[in-house]
Amino acid sequence: MSGLNIGVLAVQGDVAENIMATKMAMEELGIEGIVNEIKNPEQISDLDGLIIPGGESTVIGTLSLVNGSLKKIKEKIASGMPVFGICAGLILLSKKAKDRVVGEMDQPLLDFLDVKIERNAFGRQRDSFESEISMEKIGVPKFPGVFIRAPSIIETGRNVEIISKFNEKIIAVKQEKILGTSFHPELTDDLSLHKYFVNLVKEKN
Amino acid sequence: MIPLSGDIADTKGIIKEKIGSYSIKRGTSTLKRGFAHMLKNGVVMDVTTVEQAQIAEDAGAVSVMVLDKLPSDVRKAGGVARTASIRIIEEIMGAVTIPVMAKCRIGHVYEAMVLQETNVDMIDESEVLTPADEFRHIWKWDFTTPFVNGARSLGEALRRIEEGAAMIRTKGEPGTGNVAEAVTHIKNVNNELRKIKSIYDSGDEQDLVSAAREMKVSYSLVEETASLGRLPVVNFAAGGISTPADAAYLMTLGCDGIFVGSGVFKAEDAKERAQAIVLATTFWEDPDKVKEAQKMIDERQSMLGLDTKNLELRMQERGSTA
Repeated sequence: MSGLNIGVLAVQGDVAENIMATKMAMEELGIEGIVNEIKNPEQISDLDGLIIPGGESTVIGTLSLVNGSLKKIKEKIASGMPVFGICAGLILLSKKAKDRVVGEMDQPLLDFLDVKIERNAFGRQRDSFESEISMEKIGVPKFPGVFIRAPSIIETGRNVEIISKFNEKIIAVKQEKILGTSFHPELTDDLSLHKYFVNLVKEKN
Repeated sequence: MIPLSGDIADTKGIIKEKIGSYSIKRGTSTLKRGFAHMLKNGVVMDVTTVEQAQIAEDAGAVSVMVLDKLPSDVRKAGGVARTASIRIIEEIMGAVTIPVMAKCRIGHVYEAMVLQETNVDMIDESEVLTPADEFRHIWKWDFTTPFVNGARSLGEALRRIEEGAAMIRTKGEPGTGNVAEAVTHIKNVNNELRKIKSIYDSGDEQDLVSAAREMKVSYSLVEETASLGRLPVVNFAAGGISTPADAAYLMTLGCDGIFVGSGVFKAEDAKERAQAIVLATTFWEDPDKVKEAQKMIDERQSMLGLDTKNLELRMQERGSTA
């Protein structure tokens, strides 16, 4: 094994920011490897880890379904590949999602993370906010939380570990090698979460 | 990498409050520009009704822009074009889960305030509507809701960013179904970016100061932009995009995403065309996929379009000197 191969699903959303954060995290950890945009399903089979970035979950889901990526990603996660879903990515990893205003959704989901999501749980863009949060469980006592039209987790299954809450709302979870946050670590200078994910990928390999 | 910090001061748009025991901030540059980052590689579609908004969402639009009339109908109707009916904007906000944007008139501070109170996700201070102030744009730092503005040149784009725009789009010539002006505008911006980048790389500060004076923007913003070699905010293409190939071509010119105005809902095959333009924008690097997208539409059903040379009304000129 020459180095890790981490991909960022590049259908729509803030792909470049996650590539940059992951590269910097690997450099700081002194871990060798590559980080690439994942544009087609053929690239998925070689991955050691995948980040599904922020964006619009309906768009990323629908287009990944169209080009066959969704099926490939499912197979890889089932075989144990670590995956990190951010905001829209968290929604895509979940089993069930509803919108705060529109209600139950019928959108393509990966159906792995045993949680129910409420989309736009904190309101619309004007209600988007920054706040310091804490993830003691993974050794990150302070973290700059950037919440943009963020979802929250309203139900968790037995195997789901709650990593962080904000004012009683669940905002970060882990289920085995699946990590999900409703906020955007890639929009901050703090690499703690990307480092945590890179280490998850390394442990697996 | 696009920077997210850009606050010029502790502006009125930033709101500090408490949620439970947490101190929070709303309306920061990170949140406003970050919102635009989430739209990247997506298509924003102009809509006038709930039905159109739902078609757009189902087709994979990343956001919808609510107008009273589509730009080509604004052109035909003449008279004064204003912000859309609040009731329709609210109906659309209640019907789709994707972000909802709306347009206000250039310089019309109170139309923008009304849209902010309506809770739209982004405000477009747009040349498609009749300008309310010929001399000044809105001071967008005073708003918590992010703004997008149109630009035909680098100077115009930077002046809007200096006023607080969190996102830029080309102006093109709205409502014409003719992509030529959008192509010209993005090429202008790209050429000017290359020029200031080369000045920056040469270390000639005096020349960079002259560039800032010519563009009528602050030196610090020009320096930041020159060092990046791109706009410091997300930059979309807009104005006259009608086909999947139009969208894909603008993506190759370095645009971060696409606005489609009249192009979808003035065509006879709106549903297929909406999907096809999304596919071409997502997979623009793959000509075969863009061909498949182009095959989904029928050119006989495209909007007829207008020659931009002989227009009575050139919307792109509105607000461009300010």
